[in-house]
Amino acid sequence: MDVEILARIQFAFTIAFHYIYPPLSIGIGLIMMIMEGLYLKTGNKQYEILTRFWLKIFAITFGIGVATGIIMEFEFGTNWAVYSRYVGDIFGSALAAEGLFAFGLESTFLGILLFGWNRVSPKVHFFSTIMVFFGSMFSAVWIVVANSWQQTPAGYHIVGEGFNARAEVTDFWAMVFNPSSVDRIIHVWQGAFLAGTFLVLSVHAYYLLKNRYVDISIKAFKISLAVATIVSLTQLLSGHSSADGVAVNQPAKLAAMEGHYEKSAPADMYLFGWVNNETQEVTGIKIPKGLSFLVHQDFEEPITGLNAFPEDERPGQVNAVFQFYHIMVSIGIFLICLTLYASYLWWRGTLFEKKWLLKIFAFSVLLPQIANQVGWFAAEMGRQPWIVYGHLRTDEGFSQEVSSNQILFSLIMFLVVYTVLFLLFIYSVNKKIKHGPYDEAENPDEFLKYV
Amino acid sequence: METFLGIDYPTLWYLVVGLLFSGYAILEGFDYGAGAWHLFFKKDLSRRIAINAIGPIWDANQVWLIIGGGALFAGFPVMYATMLSAMYIPFMIFLMLLVLRSSAIKFRSSEDMKWWRNTWDIIYFASNTLIAFLLGVVLGNILQGFELHENFSYKGGVIFDFLSPYAIMTGFTTLSLFMTQGAIFLLLKTEGRLHARLTFLLKKGMIFFIISFGVTSMYTLVFIPGVTDSFKEQPIFFALPILAFLAVANVPRLVSKKKYFQAIVFSSLTMAFLLMLVAFQLYPVLLFSTIDPSYSVTIYNAASSQKSLGIMLTMVVIGAPLLAGYLIFLYKTFNGKVKLDDTSY
Repeated sequence: MDVEILARIQFAFTIAFHYIYPPLSIGIGLIMMIMEGLYLKTGNKQYEILTRFWLKIFAITFGIGVATGIIMEFEFGTNWAVYSRYVGDIFGSALAAEGLFAFGLESTFLGILLFGWNRVSPKVHFFSTIMVFFGSMFSAVWIVVANSWQQTPAGYHIVGEGFNARAEVTDFWAMVFNPSSVDRIIHVWQGAFLAGTFLVLSVHAYYLLKNRYVDISIKAFKISLAVATIVSLTQLLSGHSSADGVAVNQPAKLAAMEGHYEKSAPADMYLFGWVNNETQEVTGIKIPKGLSFLVHQDFEEPITGLNAFPEDERPGQVNAVFQFYHIMVSIGIFLICLTLYASYLWWRGTLFEKKWLLKIFAFSVLLPQIANQVGWFAAEMGRQPWIVYGHLRTDEGFSQEVSSNQILFSLIMFLVVYTVLFLLFIYSVNKKIKHGPYDEAENPDEFLKYV
Repeated sequence: METFLGIDYPTLWYLVVGLLFSGYAILEGFDYGAGAWHLFFKKDLSRRIAINAIGPIWDANQVWLIIGGGALFAGFPVMYATMLSAMYIPFMIFLMLLVLRSSAIKFRSSEDMKWWRNTWDIIYFASNTLIAFLLGVVLGNILQGFELHENFSYKGGVIFDFLSPYAIMTGFTTLSLFMTQGAIFLLLKTEGRLHARLTFLLKKGMIFFIISFGVTSMYTLVFIPGVTDSFKEQPIFFALPILAFLAVANVPRLVSKKKYFQAIVFSSLTMAFLLMLVAFQLYPVLLFSTIDPSYSVTIYNAASSQKSLGIMLTMVVIGAPLLAGYLIFLYKTFNGKVKLDDTSY
């Protein structure tokens, strides 16, 4: 197979696998911080039990996130050498800042978070929890800044020509706050919060359905539901603001998201559909001219379509971008309905009687994960054929020295090891959930004394 | 070209990258070294203690690799891209070993089955040993030079060429140095019979180091062209190998006096002196071209813009004290012998 395709498959596979974990750790980190804060404030041991329980799951998630993350940092150089030389001045400095200001913070305090219960005071431990959570949030900031710069470059100029051409920074803060970074950082943060809170919701819904750990599960469920409700609503806003930015900065991507081909015409918005790239037609259910209204608050305002771009400057996989984007939006809407309805029942006081709703929550853990994945796939496939938007093409960016056999070797290695790693992750999280926060055979009060 | 204290920015960044990778070698060095002794401990409890000795700190030690990699990418993108793509296979294996190693730490003690623990013990031992060895192999390759043509394009072999005899020697030297470092670290963290066993193992490790270091040095002087040139120009560099030797010679004395902390300081100094030797030897070249010296990657043709280097030097000035603060706090918290409790691996 072609080197470029293999390099892309490997990158997509390793980053998609990596992206299961960091959003979970950010989200669990947030809930854990609230739980531990409540423990310190109220002195209620139940919150301590919850914190310790989620810390165990956090530890595994965080560990796999770090291990798979290191690979990402070096994969730019191994597989995308031309790209690395081109963007090192800018992209590299964002990665270096991530290491220095974010990763250093989270990794050192992680040691105290995981092993410090019996060594430091509760306050110092809580402080470490906060530091790890902030560290992971900062990590997301720098990584999303680096990626956003690829999408909407700013604060740079191109120096040299041909092989020696590269982007150099002219204005650091303009680079950091490039047109898409703020929207996307918020969008990614909230996606991460949802991934974590829905895992907590799912596990405690499962306990409630099984009639186990009822008291603490109700507490944990309420905390997470409050967070999830607020975040799913605000996620709609950040998503909308992000889409507005795409309309201005990456019109070809927006056009692909809705399968809009006509050069300049009011664009429809689909609830779902199927794009035929040959005939340039979309079959599905739509709100006529809905996209125009969403972007310009005017149904008649034209939107630039794919045909306005030369054939080789359009995303290749329009239907894939369309589908991924629509799956993300549908999940987002579903999560809003689900959390709002559950919050309404909570207010009515009947939430924990509705077994069917708890069942939905138990399974809904997958939804934010899927939305995070497909959202990124839409963003990255919609950016094609550019690796740096408007400047460097993906088919120019890969390592010229690396052969397809070498990539095949590493790709198979990743497939095998990551499959095993994923099974281990599922097995060990499942075991911790089945085992529960404490041994039920013993009297919980006994356990509390032991703690 | 902009300078600070009379030193130009690429040179300053060379020092930063050098310091970061030295920090990585010294701190993760004892973690890898401790792991490379793993199968020499027979009892399950000894193995658990050995893993928990590095348990709370290895993540923080690994930060040096992450920051070092970022610093290389940001400051010398040409070096980062050229080296990683030219040594594709060894780096991919290295990365995969890092994943296996951290999985072994996390999962090893999570189940009681004997086969489970034995399997992870083997994975843990093998990954640590091979990581230490591969880091030395990379260093050996850098010292030997690469077949770089115009535009830094690598034309050498890609499958097994990285395993030249010289690279294998530097690989063993690094492994032996890490194992020495790891044994001293474990002496600091253990008690009783495990401690006695480590005192015995450390002697073996030191002998392993002295032999491989001696052989590699001789080979370097005889077969690697240009090594002695910079010594002739700057005789003061002769001090570095002598200092390295004195530092390592001090270790057995300190160990017999049970001054383990001082011993680890001295074995770290050995590592630091040797790395300084390499750094002086290479400067200002980063990757030496065996085809034509003018095709070499140097700190000047590999560097990012002055503006970018200036920004990052500022970041380092702000970030380094913070990082040092976190690390001191972490090490203070987990100072002393390993005590297994309900949070241990």
